[in-house]
Amino acid sequence: MSMLELRNVSKVYGEGPAQVRALREVDLWVDPGSLVAVMGASGSGKSTLLTIAGSLEAPTEGEVMVGGASLSKMGRNDQARMRRRSIGYVFQDYNLLAGLSAVENVSLPLELDGVSAKKARQAGMAVLEELGLSDRASHFPDELSGGERQRVSIARAIVGDRHLLLADEPSGALDSANGEAVMRMILAACKRGVAAVIVTHDAQLASWADRVVFLRDGRVVDQTMAPPSPESLLQPAPHS
Amino acid sequence: MSVRHALLALLSEGPKYGLQLRQEFEARTGEVWPLNVGQVYTTLQRLERDGLVESEDEAEDGPQKGFHLTPEGQDELTRWLRTPPDLSSPPRDELVIKVMVALRMPGTNVHEVIQVHRRYLVELMQQWTRLKEDEAEFDLGFALVVDAELFRLDALVRWLDAADGRIKRAASEPPRTESFPLPKLRRRVGVRP
Repeated sequence: MSMLELRNVSKVYGEGPAQVRALREVDLWVDPGSLVAVMGASGSGKSTLLTIAGSLEAPTEGEVMVGGASLSKMGRNDQARMRRRSIGYVFQDYNLLAGLSAVENVSLPLELDGVSAKKARQAGMAVLEELGLSDRASHFPDELSGGERQRVSIARAIVGDRHLLLADEPSGALDSANGEAVMRMILAACKRGVAAVIVTHDAQLASWADRVVFLRDGRVVDQTMAPPSPESLLQPAPHS
Repeated sequence: MSVRHALLALLSEGPKYGLQLRQEFEARTGEVWPLNVGQVYTTLQRLERDGLVESEDEAEDGPQKGFHLTPEGQDELTRWLRTPPDLSSPPRDELVIKVMVALRMPGTNVHEVIQVHRRYLVELMQQWTRLKEDEAEFDLGFALVVDAELFRLDALVRWLDAADGRIKRAASEPPRTESFPLPKLRRRVGVRP
């Protein structure tokens, strides 16, 4: 069963001449443990796709299934609970709360979900440690570098028992070394069974994915095939 | 990089035998550039003739014959390292030509053509990234080669993205009357055959 499935999803904003069709009949599925990248130019509908997949917005038409459950058949409270428990979000500008330390930011989603402060903090520390950030746990966001802030936001997205990670240009503002570190973390989460979707215009970022889906004017126009083994790159060229 | 300068670089680390030079050359190019042993000896003979390396006189010709760098060889290597490769003239890029042809060809959707190439490039990048994921962390030289390839392919994808956007915008604007400036540009910067 796919962790995320979009079936024939369309999204229209506005009416009449001002109407914008942001997504058109999009089908997309992401299995547990796999990383899918959605590539497209700005305005292609990438971010809309992500907000709909994360139940932050409802589609105009079509159906979104998370963990086999249809979002349209869920009440608002159930959707909110599912967002807190099952879905982690990573944004380009990190979205960390400035007044909270790194570990407080990471453990906040668990506390909001009713986990005791002590247990939430323990879980938060465990994730930060796993990501090599335990020495930054008590630092506030403005005391962290850009790369560290994004790693903290990934820790927040995977804390607890999340099954779906949604990332919008997760290394957009980072240099290539930090961008690579971020992608390695997302990949490590996938190896533990998390299903992840990143939307990006950056081919280097997208190339970490198992499958790359191309979006154009709100439509899925193409996707990569399962690539052959990288060993084929190491064969000498016939003329050499 | 020429085999000549590769051998000078290996000898800058200290005296080496011919066979050792060949093995180290292959190991450091990630074994993607196999070298014929004859090529090694021919190059070494030329370097010796030019006074850039010296052989150990007492040894016979063969895999056990040792070589070392002369001061002139060291100077040549230093000069070569700091000489930028010739990137002043744009190469005839087949991808660029295909997109240009698709743009003018009746009945052809240039955006579709661009997407075919974009997908192929991203698939290649996925394979290179897999290599990085598995191995490159452990070998600095190999990681540098993989990065270089990824940045090269990435530049092509970026050009395709830019071309895609530019063609889309141009289609919604009124046609221009002035002539296409490419021939003039070509004369000025020159195009490699």
